Amino acid sequence: MAERLITGPDLDDIAVGAAILGTGGGGDPHIGRLLAHAAVRADGPARLIPLEDVPDDAVAVVVAMMGAPTVMLEKVPSTEQAKLAVQALASYLGESPTHLVCAEAGGVNALVPVVAAAQLGLPLIDADGMGRAFPELQMVMPTLYGLGATPMSIADEKGNRGIFDTVDNHWAERLARSATIDMGCSAMISLFPMTGAQAREALVPGTLSLCGELGRLVREARAAHQDPVAAVVDRLDGAELFSGKIVDVSRRTEGGFARGEATLEGLDGGSGERFLLRFQNEHLVAVRDGVVVATVPDLICVLDAEVGTAVTTETLRYGQRVRVIAAPCDPRWHTPEGLELVGPRYFGYDHDTVRVGSGALT
Amino acid sequence: MRIGIDVGGTNTDAVLMDGQSVLAAVKTATTRDVTSGINTALAELKRQRAFDPLAVNAVMIGTTHFINALVEADRLAPTAAVRLGLPATASLPPMVDWPDRLVNAIAGRAYLCHGGHEFDGRHIAELREDEILRVAEELHRHEIRSVAISSVFSPVNAEFEQRAADILTGQLPAIAVSLSSEIGRMGLLERENATIINASLRELATQIVDGLSQSLEGAGISAPLYLSQNDGTLMDVDFARRYPVATFASGPTNSMRGAAFLSGVESCAVVDVGGTTSDIGVLQHGFPREATTEVSVAGIRTNFRMPDVLSLGIGGGSRIRGDGGVTVGPDSVGYRLADEALVFGGATLTATDVAVAAGRAVIGDPGLVKELDRSLVQAALLRIGRDIGDAIERIRTSPEPLPVVAVGGGSILLPDEIGDSGPVHRPEHFAVANAIGAAIAQIGGEVDRIFPVEPGQRQAVLDDAKQEAVDKAIASGAKPGSVRVVEVDEVPLAYLPGNATRIRVKAVGDLQLEAGRG
Repeated sequence: MAERLITGPDLDDIAVGAAILGTGGGGDPHIGRLLAHAAVRADGPARLIPLEDVPDDAVAVVVAMMGAPTVMLEKVPSTEQAKLAVQALASYLGESPTHLVCAEAGGVNALVPVVAAAQLGLPLIDADGMGRAFPELQMVMPTLYGLGATPMSIADEKGNRGIFDTVDNHWAERLARSATIDMGCSAMISLFPMTGAQAREALVPGTLSLCGELGRLVREARAAHQDPVAAVVDRLDGAELFSGKIVDVSRRTEGGFARGEATLEGLDGGSGERFLLRFQNEHLVAVRDGVVVATVPDLICVLDAEVGTAVTTETLRYGQRVRVIAAPCDPRWHTPEGLELVGPRYFGYDHDTVRVGSGALT
Repeated sequence: MRIGIDVGGTNTDAVLMDGQSVLAAVKTATTRDVTSGINTALAELKRQRAFDPLAVNAVMIGTTHFINALVEADRLAPTAAVRLGLPATASLPPMVDWPDRLVNAIAGRAYLCHGGHEFDGRHIAELREDEILRVAEELHRHEIRSVAISSVFSPVNAEFEQRAADILTGQLPAIAVSLSSEIGRMGLLERENATIINASLRELATQIVDGLSQSLEGAGISAPLYLSQNDGTLMDVDFARRYPVATFASGPTNSMRGAAFLSGVESCAVVDVGGTTSDIGVLQHGFPREATTEVSVAGIRTNFRMPDVLSLGIGGGSRIRGDGGVTVGPDSVGYRLADEALVFGGATLTATDVAVAAGRAVIGDPGLVKELDRSLVQAALLRIGRDIGDAIERIRTSPEPLPVVAVGGGSILLPDEIGDSGPVHRPEHFAVANAIGAAIAQIGGEVDRIFPVEPGQRQAVLDDAKQEAVDKAIASGAKPGSVRVVEVDEVPLAYLPGNATRIRVKAVGDLQLEAGRG
């Protein structure tokens, strides 16, 4: 695959696909789509280049938004912030980035780098650090490869900028999270400076294209009156876990995260089946009648029962009819080091990971 | 006795009801000024069944007038949007995602000013009086008479919106102000969109509501006037003047609830065929299924909760064209049906003419369509049946056949059976289901405030809030036992002392029958 341009119409498909890979988190991609449209309108299309084409000596940096998705629905971020964050990091590094990278293929962060790429005229690498969305900044494949999240920069909409240079990636998350909360829970960050050689090893390839493809599949299935959810399950090699109606949602905000549970009931209520989703920004654990049937790091996605688009954790509400699917993550997340970083126990759930296709789903 | 009136784009229908029984039902043409159509409907009602105007306890009006005004971009007031949020939110200014056509129709002007709150209640920036005064000058200069004010996190704290409103009305006493905190929930862009739409309809709302009140006075009716809202509950006229946007989904809600009342079928697809469009929705246990995705109105994203309705451009006034394959609509002669359709001596071939030619109904003079080409008539009706069947297929959630209830004046266009759904139910008074839905509209009770939620107390607090909403509905005239909670919304306000949570609960119930209300 060669370099290609991301133009206005591509953004709509990418947003739909990014919401699915966002596994309920990562923020409303609608906002990301509007921001990307605004940037592409003002500065022209963004260039997307395949991961394998990135030269060894490239200077690649991740650009992302950090904060609470519920906040972003109100205090919508500004496009200037993304540019400021990259420029702040560049001046600390003393060299200019040659490529931009997505931290996560899910939610708004699939589109924030498109904004920055259009504004700065830098190519965007068709890859990301997760192959999905996760709530904390150290939860990326580059951490598994020993790459440092810092030096990193952070910028708010008021013009405040900060640089962190930390002893490890957990400290980067901790300090950046505190700053993000003080900045009003919607900050832009630029981090994980890496060479092209490191990027090729440590990123999950092709994920922005995958977002676009998922969006296209949903759009086409709907146009052809076919089942968009089945098309998504098929493309992700996943499984459908449950189909039903949300009967309760409880949430609380802890340390800048939206945590909570959603309870689902089967349609018509006859079967008496109960399904529970636990989330912390993203959907992390799925429980059917008391049995854990899927967990992080595999993808648990909640899709609108009919139109097949993703339902984010902040828009879950009573009475919605949804279908829950699970899909395998990048296998590197299932190594002992990967699970230590993003397994269920890290998120405070006292059980092992349950993988898609491990038998519990049938 | 109650009178229910539905003012659609084509027809104005009215019913006189006593408890559960329909005493009289009439269908008349909608007029451009709305009120003369209502006067005619009231007079017809009286002719059909003489009643003492003083014995009428309530008049309920459902109207699609306001949503139609938006869709048609007609009679909208020049409107400004003032958003308080700088230095945040500047990349996506008000109306950023609106179709240009509508921005132009409201001569939309957007102003970004400092203000807004952070998620934890801190100010993003202080409100600057000088900026608001400058906006006031601009509004004056551009002769803008209605303004929508939004502020970041105003559902949590509306102080800036209110202060900005005070400053603006201090300078421009006649300006109509719509505040986003009073109209929508969390989600700045969607809430702001709904507020701007509301602002653009304020002048029309005043005209229409004044006209309605005068019509009733003219007919000697002194009973209170209500308008039906999106959720099937009623609002009084003062509220309607300020919040016309709250009527937006009342059309489909009324028609579906009317269909359930008339047919006794509680779970079904309802096809409401009007003059211009067919609206297809699903009733589950007597209540309209709500749309779960974001609701776009005329291409504008809002966060209203609306019934899930599929609209097709097929109605009794749809133009039929026969060259090279038959087409039905999407353009319609609308309220000019009684002048332009062939059966009324006009010169336009409409769907109604085709139905009359096929013997499905007797309207106007059937003799005028005797000579119509049989194959054209058959092809047009086949097309209508197939398009509606496809839409029902799309809107149902399972392969199980769903009974079909047909209502609305245009439902004569439908065949006796559609797809695998079995015979089409056509309840008595099917043509005035909307007006009946308005007449049986419900009374709501709402709780919306910030509650301290101690750990482990969430369920108890929610239960208290629900009970309070139910009690309010009953106090407003709802029949005890019929009240149920239809909406629960929780917004945790992090970092405020006492684990503060904004809880919004809405309960609705049937209006207590007249006997019980004196």
